[in-house]
Amino acid sequence: MPKRTDIKSILIIGAGPIVIGQACEFDYSGTQACRALRQEGYRIILVNSNPATIMTDPSLADATYVEPVTPEIVEKIIAKERPDALLPTMGGQTALNVAMKLADTGVLEKFGVELIGANRDAIDKAEDRLRFRDAMDKIGLESPKSVLVKSMDEAKEALAKVGLPAIIRPSFTLAGTGGGIAYNEEEYEQIVFGALRASPVGSTLVEESVLGWKEFEMEVVRDRKDNCIIVCSIENVDPMGIHTGDSVTVAPALTLTDKEFQIMRNASIATLREIGVDTGGSNVQFAIDPKTGRMVVIEMNPRVSRSSALASKATGFPIAKIAAKLAVGYTLDELDNDITGVTPASFEPTIDYVVVKMPRFTFEKFPGTPALLSTSMKSVGEAMSIGRSFQEALQKALRSMETGLTGLDEIDIPDDDAGKIREAIVAALAKPTPDRVLVIAQALRFGFAVEEICRISSFDPWFVRQIEDLVSAEAEIRKKGLPKDFAGWTRVKQMGFGDAKLAQLAKKSEAEVAAARRAAGVVPVFKRIDTCAAEFASKTPYLYSAYETPSFDGVESEDEVSDRDKVVILGGGPNRIGQGIEFDYCCVHAVYALREAGFETIMVNCNPETVSTDYDTADRLYFEPLTPETVIEIVRREQAKGRVLGVICQFGGQTPLRLAHALADAGIPILGTSPDAIDLAEDRERFAKLLDKLKLEQPASGTAHSAKEAEEVAAKIGYPVLLRPSYVLGGRAMKIVHSVDQLRGFIAEAVRVSGKNPVLVDSYLQEAIEVDVDAVADGEGVHVAGIMEHIEEAGIHSGDSACSLPPYSLPKKILDEIERQTVELARGLGVVGLMNVQYAVKDARVYVLEVNPRASRTVPFVAKATGVPIAKIAARIMAGEPLASFKLKKRKLDHVAVKEAVFPFARFPGSDTILGPEMKSTGEVMGIDADFGHAFAKAQLGASQKLPVSGSVFISVRDADKKGIVGPARKLASFGFKILATGGTATFLEKSGLEVVRVNKVLEGRPHIVDAMKSGQVHLVFNTTEGAQAVSDSFSLRQAALMGGIAYYTTVSGARAAAEAIAALRSGSLEVAPLQAYFKGAF
Amino acid sequence: MTARKRSATATPPAGTTAALALSDGAIFWGRGIGAAAKKTGEVCFNTSITGYQEILTDPSYAGQIITFTFPHVGNVGTNEEDIETVTPAARGLVLRADITEPSNFRATRHLDAWLKANGLPGICGVDTRALTRHIRDTGAPSGTIVHAPDGKLDAEALVAEAKAWPGLEGMDLAKDVTTRQSYSWDETAWQLGRGYGKLAKPRFNVVAVDYGAKRNILRCLAQAGCKVTVVPASASAEDILRHKPDGVFLSNGPGDPAATGIYAVPVIRALLEKRVPIFGICLGHQLLALALGAQTKKLHLGHRGANHPVQDLETGKVEITSQNHGFAVIPETLPKTAVVTHISLFDKTNEGLRCTDRPAFSVQYHPEASPGPQDAHYLFERFTALMANPKAA
Repeated sequence: MPKRTDIKSILIIGAGPIVIGQACEFDYSGTQACRALRQEGYRIILVNSNPATIMTDPSLADATYVEPVTPEIVEKIIAKERPDALLPTMGGQTALNVAMKLADTGVLEKFGVELIGANRDAIDKAEDRLRFRDAMDKIGLESPKSVLVKSMDEAKEALAKVGLPAIIRPSFTLAGTGGGIAYNEEEYEQIVFGALRASPVGSTLVEESVLGWKEFEMEVVRDRKDNCIIVCSIENVDPMGIHTGDSVTVAPALTLTDKEFQIMRNASIATLREIGVDTGGSNVQFAIDPKTGRMVVIEMNPRVSRSSALASKATGFPIAKIAAKLAVGYTLDELDNDITGVTPASFEPTIDYVVVKMPRFTFEKFPGTPALLSTSMKSVGEAMSIGRSFQEALQKALRSMETGLTGLDEIDIPDDDAGKIREAIVAALAKPTPDRVLVIAQALRFGFAVEEICRISSFDPWFVRQIEDLVSAEAEIRKKGLPKDFAGWTRVKQMGFGDAKLAQLAKKSEAEVAAARRAAGVVPVFKRIDTCAAEFASKTPYLYSAYETPSFDGVESEDEVSDRDKVVILGGGPNRIGQGIEFDYCCVHAVYALREAGFETIMVNCNPETVSTDYDTADRLYFEPLTPETVIEIVRREQAKGRVLGVICQFGGQTPLRLAHALADAGIPILGTSPDAIDLAEDRERFAKLLDKLKLEQPASGTAHSAKEAEEVAAKIGYPVLLRPSYVLGGRAMKIVHSVDQLRGFIAEAVRVSGKNPVLVDSYLQEAIEVDVDAVADGEGVHVAGIMEHIEEAGIHSGDSACSLPPYSLPKKILDEIERQTVELARGLGVVGLMNVQYAVKDARVYVLEVNPRASRTVPFVAKATGVPIAKIAARIMAGEPLASFKLKKRKLDHVAVKEAVFPFARFPGSDTILGPEMKSTGEVMGIDADFGHAFAKAQLGASQKLPVSGSVFISVRDADKKGIVGPARKLASFGFKILATGGTATFLEKSGLEVVRVNKVLEGRPHIVDAMKSGQVHLVFNTTEGAQAVSDSFSLRQAALMGGIAYYTTVSGARAAAEAIAALRSGSLEVAPLQAYFKGAF
Repeated sequence: MTARKRSATATPPAGTTAALALSDGAIFWGRGIGAAAKKTGEVCFNTSITGYQEILTDPSYAGQIITFTFPHVGNVGTNEEDIETVTPAARGLVLRADITEPSNFRATRHLDAWLKANGLPGICGVDTRALTRHIRDTGAPSGTIVHAPDGKLDAEALVAEAKAWPGLEGMDLAKDVTTRQSYSWDETAWQLGRGYGKLAKPRFNVVAVDYGAKRNILRCLAQAGCKVTVVPASASAEDILRHKPDGVFLSNGPGDPAATGIYAVPVIRALLEKRVPIFGICLGHQLLALALGAQTKKLHLGHRGANHPVQDLETGKVEITSQNHGFAVIPETLPKTAVVTHISLFDKTNEGLRCTDRPAFSVQYHPEASPGPQDAHYLFERFTALMANPKAA
């Protein structure tokens, strides 16, 4: 069956901002879908509020709407574009929910839009837990015992049936939000209460626990002729009870016999048929009792998912691309397997390597929440690794984490309260923590038996024995030193030991280990991921490293390096807070630009969610951890033929920057700004000298290596001060401290994070306006691409602050000065490529806060707000083109773009939502419109902050903000808002002539403000605080706002912007426009 | 095609206890597993990730040394159920990784112990991907595999031995693996928690000619309601017809169909004459084709794996199949009274045929799976339907 010709235009809904459970994998799938369907000649209309995505590049769709992904806004887009079809399966749960809403409310019918890829009933059947269970019963598949409850009373009744521990799974929420495991009745009631609130339909499933069972996933693809294939099986190394997104997983499944595997295969296909997923990819999850093999179905996702992205990267089979083509009528046998080029897509990939996926966590940023894993996903990113054995893949995955691990590093398990280490280890093994693999290794080192570890942790013995092997190999190396010959080295490298780990074990330097290894003639070979275990020749250089014994004329590598001029682009590794999709966007743009310029592009990265690791993004892809060892080996190999122009380290965030020195030391050219200039910008003393030379101002500052030094510096420059470790991203361990007591509370952590580098102590400019600037330079010429004024004042991490481009309050004189300083700085540092500067403006004076001569988080936002592809231009400049050749002009924008951050607080109950210098946001959205108010309103909507246009606002601000809050309060009052306030704020507002309803603070007795919020009497909250006491007093208030979905602002400037946005919303409804309407010509 | 030369190291590195020598002079050193023995055969590869025990006991692997492309083999150990014959027919196995301790609730024995007990030698630590690419590019070579715990290995002698092996072409191996005596079969399909079942009410009487039959074929027949009488490959048409069968099944098996055909074809022709319903799988398919006057050829490297797409030309549907064959029917040589029903979507070679004037059909692939996908189980029902109504064909 060929593709459908009765549809001409297709609307694709993106996933919106990056949040936990919905990350770049949906940019990867959405980008594939856009490209695949556009190639087929369909008109593509795209909506996604996330500017950092590749899919929102205007060249990928015919109409690109960077607008909030809500039913109301999407309806407007439908009304305007009148698409024939809507593909809802590429944008995660967000897209599915919006599509369902549009179907339920009759919008699709009204405009004659057909759902393709999944129909309404199939989505509902898969997502509605009760219907799903009934469907499984019908086809004879067992599910865990469960009851759907809609109230606490029903929940109490259900408990008798399912028993404790019980799993609570709210209906229609993303990645288990609001769910959990209850071990006792109290917990049960607490979690069910939260789950009922979290579920948009107010229901939750309570389910029999299959804790400790083995968990498996199958990635299935089905076409309209009922051809079904399993793309990949995935086995969770962590047992049931830990969200699969938070589990270490391995592909393919390793502990099933063929008979058990086929039962699961048949069950997955039967599930798709029964649910009615007629075309596309789905993921089906199973639990298996390790003692009897009893299998139960857990759930299915009738769409592409994080697991399908992983399966695509793990096998080379592009599920999203194929699913998109199946949605328009093709069948699997009509589509090609791109990798081989000679076989069709209707087959099951088979692999001859092992893939390990490891999640990346950032619990350290949410100190109120214990680092425990459950059924609600907490990880913010992941790395994937490929090896010729499980051990090799496991150790590569650990090295890919970017947490400083070189392998199964030892961890400290402190004695328990009774001073007993053995009991402490048992307790640690029983706890589902993010580092349980390391705990297991440590337990083995301590002498625990495999069987005991398995009994306590419910890990499968196969995996624990593999770890045991590694631990004994470590012990041997510790005892006997490095291997002596080729065979010995090969054996150790085949187990996945990195040079850095061997260096640790043998007490040598990494350079010595590398030299000894090379002297023994041991270098990695590169094997291909080819979907077919080498049965057919692969024309796609999708490579991973391995160590092999000789065969034929030596060890066999399949890299087939070319004789072209090449550029290596280093990616950013796993996503984490502070380093996310923005950097992948930059890397992908570098690839695109350099490909266009005729270079062979070589990508190195280990993040399976990204567009950069799609096998057809760069000319060549090495799926490898970003360590000096791997990158140097890759470059050496590539240098065997052709010319490696150099390596681009400045696009992938902090990860590749950290490698720059090691690469430079190995004689590998680094393209763009020199590593020395990057150092200069980080080195406080050298940087101060540069600023002196350029006659630029910065806040008073000093450096400290110890707590004592920090106290002295702070006393000299005066409180408040900003403590900042050097060489960190995302403001890790950054704090504003107002007193010496506070300083003593935080300095230890700052010194620890900083390592051997000093802690920076800066004077904190209160109530200054922060400005972010992105520029591109070629060493001589400088183009200031975007000046962004932050909404939140200086002191809030720039990644967490909303900002406006162009600035909305700064006078031209200041902007000119900022531009002048930026040009000076770029020249002074000799920037070749991108540069980001953060300024603070106070009392009409401009202070330089920070310079980063590399791609910044705001690069994609600037590109989309201004229509200038600065990452691409920067890449070409780094490869030798002059800035002048791009003929960039200063242009006044006649629109405003606002960026807003999105936070994961709802997943970290117990953590305060108050913002500070340590970044906490996972993603961002852009609002674009004719004026600031409208753009800000769209940004808020995109970030799921529901701004009310009427109702009650609660205001409670610290003394310093009282004057400032009067303006926004007055504005809201003029719209008819009722103002609620406590104590001092109420008095102040009353004195300013506003009518105020006084409410009790929490400490003043009930009913208090939190009661009012919980009972729905508050629609907007302005709350600023100062000092540890006030912050902790108002904690419950911010929690109530977060849980109740009440829009809240913790800064005066945020409140001001919100008032302006409410004014815009009241003046009429929001209109939508594609990026292509803002800028002529694609960029 | 990459030109590959023989390995540079003619002397084994320290610790070597096993070798695989190819007839083209290449030699692989590694660690020995299984029985301390030496065997020579055709070196092939199988790309299936699961089901190594079924593969090792599949009689069609007679005369072959199997390279497993998936690196970890042995994870789930071995058990008494997952076997296709009692004695493995394969001559050896080549692995990338060492065999691990088993981890599966059904495991009763470590794979290494099982190999020893079954006299199978193996080698691990080999770059199986390089070997697979070599086989892919040059065709399946002859090879000698040896597991020598004392480490005494003579590269030259091993290569010479591999070279001296005549190869599978022209070799009738069915006679080595077929049953010596007739027996009846009533074991049905496997179920989790219950194991294999027993046929309660037979509806059809089927004679299965054993050229090296996999037990799961017999189980599938029994599951479909057939009481099966298994007869040796050398059984005459009279021997077969004496059982008054509703249908005759031609089994899979090893070796060159042309060689086995010398005695099998006349029998099959006689059965076709009598219009007995016939169903053939793999070698049985090739023999049926030969009986119809068609020819077979040796494939460059054969099909061995559990992911092979086969299209049913009559419905257009694609099924994912388990395959294990080194020879194929040349479709152009089929008579007008036979139609091609299935083709491989990997290389378009013939995967099935049906007679238009007689109740007979056959497939090249393995609908009984074991190991592999069970998409094609329906063919057993098709056979019983044919027996129920032979005139409909």
